[in-house]
Amino acid sequence: MSINALLDEFKVKAATPKQQLQEYKAQGKKVIGVLPYFAPEELVYAAGMVPMGIWGTNTKTISRAKEYCATFYCTIAQLALEMLLDGTMDQLDGIITPTICDTLRPMSQNYRVAMHEKMAVIFLAHPQNRFEPFGLQFCVDQYNHVKSELEKVAGHEITNDAIQDAIKVYNESRAARREFVKLANEHCDVITPTKRSAVLKAAWFMEKPEYTAKLKELNEELKKLPVCDWKGTKVVTSGIICDNPNLLAAFEENNIAIAADDVAHESRAFRVDVPFNPDPIMALAEQFAAQDYDVLLYDPESSKNRRGEFVANMVKENGAQGLVLFMQQFCDPEEMEYPYLKKALDDAGIPHIKLGIDQQMRDFGQARTAIQAFADVLSMQ
Amino acid sequence: MAKQVSPGVLALRKVVDDVHKEAREAKARGELVGWSSSKFPCELAAAFDLNVMYPENQAAGIAANRYGELLCQAAEDLGYDNDICGYARISLAYAAGKRASRKYDPETGEYIIDPSTGKPLKDADGKVIIDEATGKPKKDPKTQTPYIVLDDLNEINALPDGPEKERRLAAISPIRQMQIPQPDFVLCCNNICNCMTKWYENIARMHNIPLIMIDIPYNNTVEVEDSNVKYVRAQFDKAIKQLEELTGKKFDEKKFEEACANANRTAKAWLKVCDYLQYKPAPYSGFDLFNHMADVVTARARVETAEAFELLAKDLEEAVQNGTTTTPFPEKYRVMFEGIPCWPKLPALFKPLKEHGVNVTAVVYAPAFGFVYDGLDEMARAYYKAPNSVCIEQGVDWREGICRENKVDGVLVHYNRSCKPWSGYMAEMQRRFTADLGVPCAGFDGDQADPRNFNAAQYETRVQGLVEAMDANMQAKEA
Repeated sequence: MSINALLDEFKVKAATPKQQLQEYKAQGKKVIGVLPYFAPEELVYAAGMVPMGIWGTNTKTISRAKEYCATFYCTIAQLALEMLLDGTMDQLDGIITPTICDTLRPMSQNYRVAMHEKMAVIFLAHPQNRFEPFGLQFCVDQYNHVKSELEKVAGHEITNDAIQDAIKVYNESRAARREFVKLANEHCDVITPTKRSAVLKAAWFMEKPEYTAKLKELNEELKKLPVCDWKGTKVVTSGIICDNPNLLAAFEENNIAIAADDVAHESRAFRVDVPFNPDPIMALAEQFAAQDYDVLLYDPESSKNRRGEFVANMVKENGAQGLVLFMQQFCDPEEMEYPYLKKALDDAGIPHIKLGIDQQMRDFGQARTAIQAFADVLSMQ
Repeated sequence: MAKQVSPGVLALRKVVDDVHKEAREAKARGELVGWSSSKFPCELAAAFDLNVMYPENQAAGIAANRYGELLCQAAEDLGYDNDICGYARISLAYAAGKRASRKYDPETGEYIIDPSTGKPLKDADGKVIIDEATGKPKKDPKTQTPYIVLDDLNEINALPDGPEKERRLAAISPIRQMQIPQPDFVLCCNNICNCMTKWYENIARMHNIPLIMIDIPYNNTVEVEDSNVKYVRAQFDKAIKQLEELTGKKFDEKKFEEACANANRTAKAWLKVCDYLQYKPAPYSGFDLFNHMADVVTARARVETAEAFELLAKDLEEAVQNGTTTTPFPEKYRVMFEGIPCWPKLPALFKPLKEHGVNVTAVVYAPAFGFVYDGLDEMARAYYKAPNSVCIEQGVDWREGICRENKVDGVLVHYNRSCKPWSGYMAEMQRRFTADLGVPCAGFDGDQADPRNFNAAQYETRVQGLVEAMDANMQAKEA
């Protein structure tokens, strides 16, 4: 397939989760919704079911979810509930509800109360003290709970061999996505911010073997192209999610390419592979323990500014001139880390802007103006 | 006439004052002073004789003293978003050296009085004296206070020794919450919320100090599984090792057991005090319990705290026998107050309740801090159950338990802009309270520390609505 044909396919997949869910169901497959963050999708795959990421939506307005949530909760969590309540995603056979932030903690209860009669609602609590044997063991216990709940939905046991196979499939997919991110930087004239976003977003909705095969095909095609001589500017993006095509279009209008990202919905989700361990559940726990530089996770070396410096280095190492932080409204982990991210960027002489966003945003005038002004600043770097 | 204060209340006030005084003195002697989250196992620190201060309690005090907005804004100027918990913002501003300070005239050194402060001046008959020039009540100069401005301890400390440095240090508000020593280590337990994790990491980074972290993940079941207990128990063991390294002392089991015994005794006495709200009419207002939170948070492992609560229980027993109450109005309705109070707006919270004869006879803090245990495993299980770490069934059960026992007619729900985990499943809880208890609920928007998030008019309307619903309910029952 040509690059454009592949990009078009990813674009369609990224924009139509409901249709894909219907297709999976029509094929007789069971589908599990996976809420943010760090749920071990490998277990769903190993059960022979399809995992689909549920990260809210840019096209709906909160209505039914108001029955459960006060106004000051992140729209990702609220719109995820909205899609379950309004029929968009209620054909799911189950959902996994991680609880790593203060919104997701009580929301796990709302999802359960609202949906438990319709689908399996599978609870997951990750450990923050995740490195020592006791933290790994707690994570293993939690993952075993998720596994046994998934087995009930699947109607059969999930074998260790199936999990080892799933780990291989997922590691391969993560490697392909990491390679794509690099190639997107080298070929930012072809892989514009909206296209880059669609390719990475499609991973949440497509079955991994199919997705990875298509992505590898795209990567191979991109490798054949000469590295582009980009005349515009480049940034690193940071935040929880920045998948709104209308917002990303403003980058393209101002010749801003995305060199790399520190986004939970994108690279933070595929930075770390699962290591080999004869016990595959322990291997998944070890992967979680190895997650680092993340606003949601405890850093035992917290007296240092490791995350801020990591992100600042990412800007330098990827040839970007600045950073755009997509600050998801009501996301206190991200907000808490902002002053020290700013410090690290300032210390490194890296300009940045902070764009307040949420998924009910429909007017991008202000953001456009800010991006345009930032492009001017960057072009002078 | 001055309000009568019972011996128990006086004893409780003394305990908190002593805890603060001892921490200040320890710091002056060059000893370590730590900051701890409210439900970090204080028994562990007590085993090492460590002086520990409590930022949540401090922030509540700062907010109640009307400095909340100033400190919240100071944190926002440091880059912390105004969406972040008000306690965290106040604490982070304080940790960064920001202080509420009395404004003074640099030439004379005199404090500059804020004319908007103070109580009305009264004549010998207790009548308010009106200022003829303005037509408004005159202010009693004795009750007026200086303007409060923001200062920076780091800036002050960087000054050369001399009168300006002394003056600025002296001008810092003398309330105990504004005199807490900066931390040498931090103790974080995120059973209250995960915001705590990043809040304490920020403090550790600001001061380049060790952080001891006990992680208590959210729990989806009423029971705490053995797996969860093992995880927390192992973290206790690790924290003990870290404290040994920090202090250079060995873990003193005897002191630890003593602290546990005290904490259990305090918890039992606290519960006993809370239980007096079951009497009809109640011998005190549930709002008074909020005032005693400082003791149960900052000093629950001290024997003086247990003794003070036991003394208060005795006072309350007498009040019940004598038929007296500290509630300054006849109790017509009894409600549960759900959530943390809006500390900067306590008078505004109280006003419509008083007007309508609504007494708060149940607060969620009663079960939240009334936990009793035996041994380290049970202690781990007990610390697993914080208001924001339990599943909806446990949360509802706690509340409905005290609502029944304390015979409430309605529930007043604070949608606390500062506290996402607390307010997160409140709408569903309200539905359950009404379905299970047959009582009406009313919610209002507010904040535990930032006064900008509270609207008195909305609150009054909601209280009015609740009163009407309680009335209708009572009439229906009578009919």
